[in-house]
Amino acid sequence: MSISQHFPVFVILLPLISAVLIPILSRAKKIYGWYISSAATFFSFMISVSLLRTVLDKGEISYWLGNWEPPWGIEYVVDYLSGFVLVVISFIIFVITLYSRNSVDKEIPEDKVVPFYSIYMLFVAGLLGMIVTGDIFNLYVFIEISSLAGYALIAVGRKRDALIASYNYLILGTIAATFILLGIGYLYMMTGTLNMADLRERLPALYNTTVIRTAFAFFSVGLSLKIALFPLHIWLPNAYTHAPSVIAALQAATATKVGVYAMIRIMFTVFKPHFILEVVPVARLFLVLSAVAIIAGSLLAFGQKDIRRVLAYSSIGQIGYIVMGIALANRLSIIGSLIHILNHALMKGGLFLVVGAVVYKTGITDIDGFKGLGKKMPFSMAAFTICALSMVGIPLTAGFVSKWYLALGALQAGKWIMVPVILISSLLTAIYFWRIIDNIYFEGHEVEGKIDDAPPGMLVPTFALAFCCILFGIVASIPVNITGLAAEMLVGG
Amino acid sequence: MIEFILAKYNYWIYITLMMIGFYAMIAKPNLIKKIIGMNIFQTAVFLFYISIAKVKGGTAPIEWEKAVQYDNPLPHVLILTAIVVSVSTTAVALALIIKIYKAYGTIEEDKILEMNK
Amino acid sequence: MKNNIIIQIITRLLFPFIQLFGFYVIMHGESGPGGGFQGGVILGASVILYVIVFGIDEGRKLISEKTNDILNCTGVLIYGGVGLLCIIAGGKYLEYNILPLGSVHFASHMGMLGIEIGVGVTVSAVMITLFFETARQGK
Repeated sequence: MSISQHFPVFVILLPLISAVLIPILSRAKKIYGWYISSAATFFSFMISVSLLRTVLDKGEISYWLGNWEPPWGIEYVVDYLSGFVLVVISFIIFVITLYSRNSVDKEIPEDKVVPFYSIYMLFVAGLLGMIVTGDIFNLYVFIEISSLAGYALIAVGRKRDALIASYNYLILGTIAATFILLGIGYLYMMTGTLNMADLRERLPALYNTTVIRTAFAFFSVGLSLKIALFPLHIWLPNAYTHAPSVIAALQAATATKVGVYAMIRIMFTVFKPHFILEVVPVARLFLVLSAVAIIAGSLLAFGQKDIRRVLAYSSIGQIGYIVMGIALANRLSIIGSLIHILNHALMKGGLFLVVGAVVYKTGITDIDGFKGLGKKMPFSMAAFTICALSMVGIPLTAGFVSKWYLALGALQAGKWIMVPVILISSLLTAIYFWRIIDNIYFEGHEVEGKIDDAPPGMLVPTFALAFCCILFGIVASIPVNITGLAAEMLVGG
Repeated sequence: MIEFILAKYNYWIYITLMMIGFYAMIAKPNLIKKIIGMNIFQTAVFLFYISIAKVKGGTAPIEWEKAVQYDNPLPHVLILTAIVVSVSTTAVALALIIKIYKAYGTIEEDKILEMNK
Repeated sequence: MKNNIIIQIITRLLFPFIQLFGFYVIMHGESGPGGGFQGGVILGASVILYVIVFGIDEGRKLISEKTNDILNCTGVLIYGGVGLLCIIAGGKYLEYNILPLGSVHFASHMGMLGIEIGVGVTVSAVMITLFFETARQGK
């Protein structure tokens, strides 16, 4: 009876309690907000690592909230998939929280810093809760907690466009969440249970009824809107462009990934893979949509002037990769998907953090504003180049590993047409990143060579993410092993 | 056919309300009317949940000596949570609209889009 | 509405009764309609009525901004605290049966009551905050 058996609850409870402690304790000194959030996210990360180690040793952890036996009670489940995603997301959140101190000084008005950190912690609690829970209505509640906090956080951007972007995101996000609620209602109506494992037992007998198919349709549309799968991606470019830099990094690196995790849970744990492959062949539809997303995301990133818009459209393309891995639904492609969750969080997080450093120093986000920054901000631009190379998929970086596994998975499923899609989009990615790298290193020779880089509080987290990009490109065996176990649990069984 | 419509009247009511709310959210240019549409949309879903909780011959799920059969209390509890979520969303949306009005001077969507060009 | 003496007197008379009803709804959450959220909204509504009739400054004298901010957070801490108390007493999170308060039935009731009170405090404080913030924009 040690304290570690309660870790599944503590990983959510720490950010939640700190969200309410920050307004009380910050009456003394404003900076306590940052200290408390860094401490809470650090301990959440440690707890996640401990949970993953326990799962790798002993197998799945199941925590009964209130000691009520499922399916009557709410159950928190940590298995290979949730353990992996938990570690990835809590690491990214910890790194971005460390980075946030300097960036918040420049971008958020003075009187809003304390509520900012409080809502930030609520956002984190919602994300971590989405990953750990094993009850489908609890999933909806945490989706809404993180979404509402997300809308409020995006609206704190500097220009008034942030308000309209947040409002659009609110309307679309609420439609999506209400669709998810409807899907839950239909599932409950037919089976009488809300527990994911119990639903898995009871649903196969009902796969051919209209109610269950409608429930799946509502889930698909709702979750696709949340993860910004083409063509439901309209809210994403404006939301990422006008949000504060910390929030753009956080949303790009974590919020959509956890939405994809929820989609994997619904499609592979609640509904068996047999459902999406044979009974209602939605997998083909998702494959086509993801291919269109990959190409369209890379093409739309071309003509953009603002670098954050380039990164936002590029994110739409990368989500296409992850959904493609899910739609192929075999072991190799799911390994590719899960590793791409890790890699894209690292790469996109790193890129947005560098953009935040540029905003901190110069205040402009135009691509032309990057001219000559190779001399003025060499360290930040080095991190940018590493992350950009990883996005293209150069071997020895992390991006290559996930694209390799996705291509292998496509070949194994017989859909070899996906391999040229991956190659073409890598080429397009290389082209639009080359424009920026050209501006950084090969233009602006009239700028004097005085080094004026971002403060270390911003550089160290950025370099941590860039370093992990290279680390997981060379030593790819650790993520591949863990995701291999997760993929076997999802499709092999 | 008539039996199909009359026996499942709760579903027809909830779908009609939901589509009215959905149409208001999409088609009305005024930002506050969109929020009203959102509330109607979500209320329709709550009605759906409550309507499936009814058990034939059951009374309200409150302890009562003369009760033979109770309704299913679980959807009621789920909807309590969902109502709180809906109220919070409305609160955030209204706060956003106040700030938008201060920044733009109008809450008509077409005028705001023109100002943004 | 400062000039309308009838509304002022009726509000002053009704204010304690509305609050009493709000507390009643919170306390009877587990055995009847009601609970933390509903009772909290009624409590918040009583203060909002007071502010509507007497003005924002009088309302601020009733509940200052500092008290409001602290009450916002206290409810969630009570909720988390009850759960942690159950962990300290040896059970899982929010396992009320374990609490050493006599019979299992009584402990279960007390646990649920604690949670409802926490929710009620936060919801009423948040309702008051929302109203004050929205009303202040007009200045």
